[in-house]
Amino acid sequence: MKNLDLPRVVAVVRRELLDYRRKRSIVVSMLIFPVLFLVEPVVAIFVAPPSGSTSSLDNAVILPLLYMLLMAVVTPSTLAAYSIVGEREQGTLEPLLTTPLRQQEFVLGKAAAVMIPSVALAYAVYALFLICVALFAHRDVSAAVFHDGPTLLALFLFAPLVAGWAVVVGMGVSVRATEVRVAQQLGMLASFPVIGVIVLLISGVIQPTFAAALEFGAGLLVADLLALRLVSRLFDRERLVTGSKASGRE
Amino acid sequence: MAVPATLSIARKGHKANSATNTRPWRVFVDGEAVATLADRDTASVTVPAGRHTLRVASTSILRSRDLSFDARDGSLLRFSCSPRSPAPIIFTRWLFWLLVTLVRHDLWIELTLDDDVESVTDPRQQTLPAANAATSSSTVTTSPRATLTPEARAIVIANMAAQRHLDGPSVLVVEHLTKRFGNRTAFTDVSFEVGYGEVFGFLGPNGAGKTTTVRTLGTLISPTSGSATIAGIPLLPENGVAIRQKIAIMPESPGLYLRLSVRENLEYFAGLYGLRHPAPRIAEALDAVNLSDRANDLCGGLSKGLRQRVGLARTLLSEPTLMFLDEPTSGLDPVATLEVLNLILALKARGVTIFLTTHRLDEAERLCDRVAIMNTKLRTVGRTEDLREQLFKRSLMVRTLAPLSDAAQLFAHIPSVEEWRVNTDNSYELTVTDPTVAAPEVTRALVGAHADVLSIAESQHSLEDVYLELIADDVEAPTP
Repeated sequence: MKNLDLPRVVAVVRRELLDYRRKRSIVVSMLIFPVLFLVEPVVAIFVAPPSGSTSSLDNAVILPLLYMLLMAVVTPSTLAAYSIVGEREQGTLEPLLTTPLRQQEFVLGKAAAVMIPSVALAYAVYALFLICVALFAHRDVSAAVFHDGPTLLALFLFAPLVAGWAVVVGMGVSVRATEVRVAQQLGMLASFPVIGVIVLLISGVIQPTFAAALEFGAGLLVADLLALRLVSRLFDRERLVTGSKASGRE
Repeated sequence: MAVPATLSIARKGHKANSATNTRPWRVFVDGEAVATLADRDTASVTVPAGRHTLRVASTSILRSRDLSFDARDGSLLRFSCSPRSPAPIIFTRWLFWLLVTLVRHDLWIELTLDDDVESVTDPRQQTLPAANAATSSSTVTTSPRATLTPEARAIVIANMAAQRHLDGPSVLVVEHLTKRFGNRTAFTDVSFEVGYGEVFGFLGPNGAGKTTTVRTLGTLISPTSGSATIAGIPLLPENGVAIRQKIAIMPESPGLYLRLSVRENLEYFAGLYGLRHPAPRIAEALDAVNLSDRANDLCGGLSKGLRQRVGLARTLLSEPTLMFLDEPTSGLDPVATLEVLNLILALKARGVTIFLTTHRLDEAERLCDRVAIMNTKLRTVGRTEDLREQLFKRSLMVRTLAPLSDAAQLFAHIPSVEEWRVNTDNSYELTVTDPTVAAPEVTRALVGAHADVLSIAESQHSLEDVYLELIADDVEAPTP
C-alpha cells in the first residue's frame, strides 16, 4: 500500500456515495434488508419467556443478536459484487483505468464506499434494537440482553469485520465476474463463514466469551487484510478491459 | 520561396528553486497557442517573416508580457522564460497569485529575447542548440500552427512536418510493438513516431488493432513484444502511473456516470488526476467544449454528441502532453459529428498533440497532419499528400466538348505526358510527370488542334483512394 494517494481514494469514495444517493433503488434496498433483519430479533426478544432459567433466557437472547450480524454481510456483499463489474457494464471502467489511479487506490476506495454506509446502517439498527429492548421488552429480558457482554461486543466488533469480509469477497468476485448477476449471486458466498460462526455459537461448539470474541475479531481482521491484498492482486487491468488474461512479454 | 523564421523558446526554472514545476506552459504567437512547454524544455516554432508577438502563459491570467519582435526570413530567434517567483510552498504561491491578479496579470512569467541568430537558409538542416547550460533536457516541442494566413500556415506545416522528425524528439515513439492474445494477433511489428503538437491519424478497418494499440500505449494492456516511449517515459509496467499522468484517453464510448452532472463527472476525474483546486480547470475545459451552460445537467439527460463533448472536456482536465481520441465520432449523427470535429480542430489550434484513431477517412484528411494506415500490420505512415504521391502517379483530367479526332497523335507529342487513356468519349486522363509543366503544354496542344476544351484539372486522389489501395485486399483482422 506504499505510494497510496489518499485524495484519489477519497475521490472514489465520494463519487460512489454520490451515486448511491442519486439512485433511489440502492438506498431503498439498503434500508429494506436491515428492517427485515430487525423484525425477527425484535419478535424473538419480545416472545422470550421472562420467567425461564438464566441459561434458557441467555440462549433466547443470543440467537437473535447474532442473527443481526447477517445484516452486516448481506448488504455490502451485493454492493461490492456490483462495484467493478457494474462499472464495466456501464462502460465507465475503461476511462477510469486510463487515469493515474492505482489499483490499490481503486480497490480501497470502492471497499470504503461500500463499508461506510453498510456499517453505519448496521450500527444504527443495533442501536434501534437496543433502544426498543430497553423501552419495551420485559425487565428480565432487557437485563439479559444488556448483561450479555460478549454477544454485544461481538455484535459491535464483528459488524465492521464481517462487513469488510463481505466487501472483499464481493469485490474479488466482481473483479473476475463477466456480468453483474453472476457477481451478485457469487457474492452471497461471503455470508457463509458468518453463518458458520453463528451455527458454532448456537450449537455450543464455541462459547461466547470475551476472549473468544476478541480472538475471532483478530482472526477476522487478519483475514480481511489478507483478502484485500489478494483482491488488489487479482485486479488485472488487461483482463478487466479485454476479458482476457494478461499474456505478458515474450 | 520564403523560408520561415524559427523561434526557440527555452523554459528555465527559477534560479532560487531547483524543484521541477509540472504545470506545462503554453506558447502563444500572435495570440494563437502554438506549443506547450514542460519545465526546463525548449519549444521550437516556425513563423513567417514579419512582426509578431510572443507570449508564454501558465494559465489565462498568469502569463508573461507580450513581447514583440521582427522575424527575418530563415532567422533563428532564441527566447527564454522563467517564473519570477520560486513559489515552492503554498503560502508563497497564493500570496503571489493574489498580488499578481490584483496588480497585473503579466508579471508571473519573465520572457526575454536572448539573441537573434543570422539567417539559416534551410531550416530542415538546422539543429536547434540547447537553450543554455542549465537546461536539463532539450526536448523540442514543435507545432505547425504559428501562422496568420493560410499561405503562411501552409509553409509552416510543410516545414514543421519535416523538421519534427529531423530535429526534435517525439512525444510518442513506438518500435516493433506487437500484441497477441494467445494465438490471435491484435497487431504486430508496429513502429512509428508522433511529434509534439501533431495531430496523428491512426486509420484502419474494424479489427485492425487500432483500439488495442491505444490501450497498449495507454498502459491498459501490456505489449507482447516491442517497445514504446510516451512523453519521454518508457512503456514499462512500473511506469504506468507516470505515463497515465501525462496522457489522456477518450475511449470510443465516453463512459460517463449518467446519474452525476457534467460538473460532478469532471470533478471526479480531476480528483483522480490529483488536481487540488480543480474549479478553474473544469471551467476552462467546459468552456473549451462549449458546455459551460450545461455544467449542472445530469449526463444521463445529454445527447450522445453532448456526452462526447463531456468526454473531450474530461481529457482536457489534466492538460495532457498527449491525447488519445479513439473514434470520437463513432455513432454520432452528422451534426454532432461536425461539432466534435470542430472541437478537435480547436484543440489542434491550441497546439494539443492528438493521436486520433478512426476509420472515417474524411475526418482524418481534414484533421490530421500525418496518418498511419494499419491492418494488424502497419501499412504506411506519412502525410496524406506524400502518400498520394507515393501510391499514385500524378495526372491531368481533360474534358472537351467533342471527342478529339486524333488523341493519340496529339498527346504523343507532349513530352510531359507519359501515358493517357480515354475515360469517356470526351474525357481523357493523362499521366504526367509534373502537372504544373504539363498543363500549359496540353492546353497549347489542344488549342493548336482546335479542340473545344471544357476543363483541364489535376486529378486529386483522396485519402480514401490511398486507404483502399493499401487495405482493400486485406482480410479483416480478427478482433481480440
